[in-house]
Amino acid sequence: MSTDAPTGSRTGTPTSTPTGRRPHGGVGDALRLWWDALARPTQWALGVPFILLVALLPVLQIPVLTTVGTSFGAVLAQFGMYALIAIGLNVVVGQAGLLDLGYIGFYAIGAYTVAILTSPASPWNQMGVDGWLSQDWAWLAALPVAVAVTAVSGLVLGSPTLRLRGDYLAIVTLGFGEIVRLLADNLDEVTGGGRGLAQVAYPRLGESDANPNGVFSAGSGSGVLTSGVWWYWTSLVLIVVVLLLVGNLERSRVGRSWVAIREDEDAAEIMGVPTFRFKLWAFVIGASIGGMSGALYAGQVQFVSPTNFNVINSVLFLCAVVLGGQGNKLGVILGAFLIVYLPNFFLGRTEILGLPIDGTRIAELRYLFFGIALMVLMIFRPQGLLPVRQKLLAYGRTLYLAARRASTQPVVKEGS
Amino acid sequence: MPLLEITDMTVAYGRIEALHGVTLHVDDGELVTLIGANGAGKTTTMRAVSGIRPLSSGSIVFDGQDITRMKAHVRVAEGIVQAPEGRGVFAGMTVMENLEMGCYARTFASRAEHDATVDRVFELFPRLAERRTQLGGTMSGGEQQMLAIGRALMARPRVLLLDEPSMGLAPMIIQQIFRIVSEINAQGTTVLLVEQNAQQALSRSDRAYVLETGSVVRTGPGKELLADPAIKDAYLGVA
Repeated sequence: MSTDAPTGSRTGTPTSTPTGRRPHGGVGDALRLWWDALARPTQWALGVPFILLVALLPVLQIPVLTTVGTSFGAVLAQFGMYALIAIGLNVVVGQAGLLDLGYIGFYAIGAYTVAILTSPASPWNQMGVDGWLSQDWAWLAALPVAVAVTAVSGLVLGSPTLRLRGDYLAIVTLGFGEIVRLLADNLDEVTGGGRGLAQVAYPRLGESDANPNGVFSAGSGSGVLTSGVWWYWTSLVLIVVVLLLVGNLERSRVGRSWVAIREDEDAAEIMGVPTFRFKLWAFVIGASIGGMSGALYAGQVQFVSPTNFNVINSVLFLCAVVLGGQGNKLGVILGAFLIVYLPNFFLGRTEILGLPIDGTRIAELRYLFFGIALMVLMIFRPQGLLPVRQKLLAYGRTLYLAARRASTQPVVKEGS
Repeated sequence: MPLLEITDMTVAYGRIEALHGVTLHVDDGELVTLIGANGAGKTTTMRAVSGIRPLSSGSIVFDGQDITRMKAHVRVAEGIVQAPEGRGVFAGMTVMENLEMGCYARTFASRAEHDATVDRVFELFPRLAERRTQLGGTMSGGEQQMLAIGRALMARPRVLLLDEPSMGLAPMIIQQIFRIVSEINAQGTTVLLVEQNAQQALSRSDRAYVLETGSVVRTGPGKELLADPAIKDAYLGVA
């Protein structure tokens, strides 16, 4: 964004400007410029009500928006998990530019960590009389353990493989995802093999006559306030925390290094960026966020089995990131929402705007439609729905303020 | 004692050896040129000095310190900075952001010192000052080359490695780039230059090495090599 004398590029199309400055003029850009120029307290004052509104979506039951085939709360709970995954995967793929096709592996490790620690079917169950987990808080206590275990697994996978680049890294990570799934399928004694692990712990809160197992138990609640809504709210809290952490990282020297690595790894190295170390950081941070999402999944479904961690889901996660806009946190959350919501929107719907449709069939064919959507997107908007605008630490908000000031001043002709 | 001393350096890509025992040195304050045809090993030499390519044998000593096994990003902090072949400009970053990346490994004593460095780069390349908010990837080849050199200067190099700065540029721009390289050298920065444009490079350098299929075949003062009929015949394209 321009800090100095403005050029005429705000009006013309990007390609028509001789200097080829960053294109201005889109609605998104205007919105971004407006938002970034706001003072921090103002951003909070506007952001918090917005988040509350998003949180109240399942309760408000907005007519067309609400799903008919499944509970809207459950759909949003799934969205929460996918949003977390998208944010984590975005650190790896969008920020550092490392193509990870086995991200589902971390999700699985997070889910299995919680399940192994809390399921009665597991040999390492810690919920029993001599276990170190309390009955009521087991899930919450297992959550940081799951995050730590996935972080370590990210380190273990990353240390040898991050010396590879591009396609080679993608293939190795693809293999990793499969290895995790196959291990889960074959280590019968620990993971229960194909039978999976049932009765995974969940937060025991709000127990009452209507909900004897608390509001978080599967199948609890009636009407709008189902267990899905509670899980959705839990994931929203985690998303906000993760967004703040990742956002701060992106604005720091770490984020700057990631962008440089993404753009040109060799050039970054000869600028003095310890590329391997920062790639490993991206991998570990991405992995732990994926593990967090897996822990949510295990708690909500209370059951994990290998079939939930197929490669196709890995691709679906990547699809959310690419669709929303690699590198843009809000973009990838939007991507996650579309990936989760659209099939559920059609599920069980028999008509839309008076036109009769077979919604369930459409939902079944979701991979076909996502495939087509991705191809169309790659042709017309390869940067994703909400593309990234990288701003570096050196400028931050001052730059946006300057850009705004500049746009209110008369256009100065540039001498060149 | 030379600032940069490369002894019997061998570099291989898999089983193919690209450099077979290259020995050369650069003294403090010198402008030394490496000329040679395509595939002679010029860029490999640069990559090895920068630390992106490991040595199979031989050693690199910089300022009395053996840096043969030193990681590339650590060498930058030590003062070995390269403007790579093909420029390596960060396409998605603005000119200013690219320059900021240049001083990634450097700590400034004060904001003023930082600003002075930026000013110096803009003095050498006024073009960059005009385009400071433009994206690196949208600039012309010549501008990108200027940015690559300017970015390297941000790190305050003790030895500046320039890999084919004239590649793919118009004659006018080549002249300009070479003038600036001389100026940078005159201001006290040691320069190791790799070039195919032998005429320009030799006339401006203190000393030069001629690289042929991975070995140094000639060395001497730039002007002397320029006058050598064999060199003229092979690299200057004059009959």
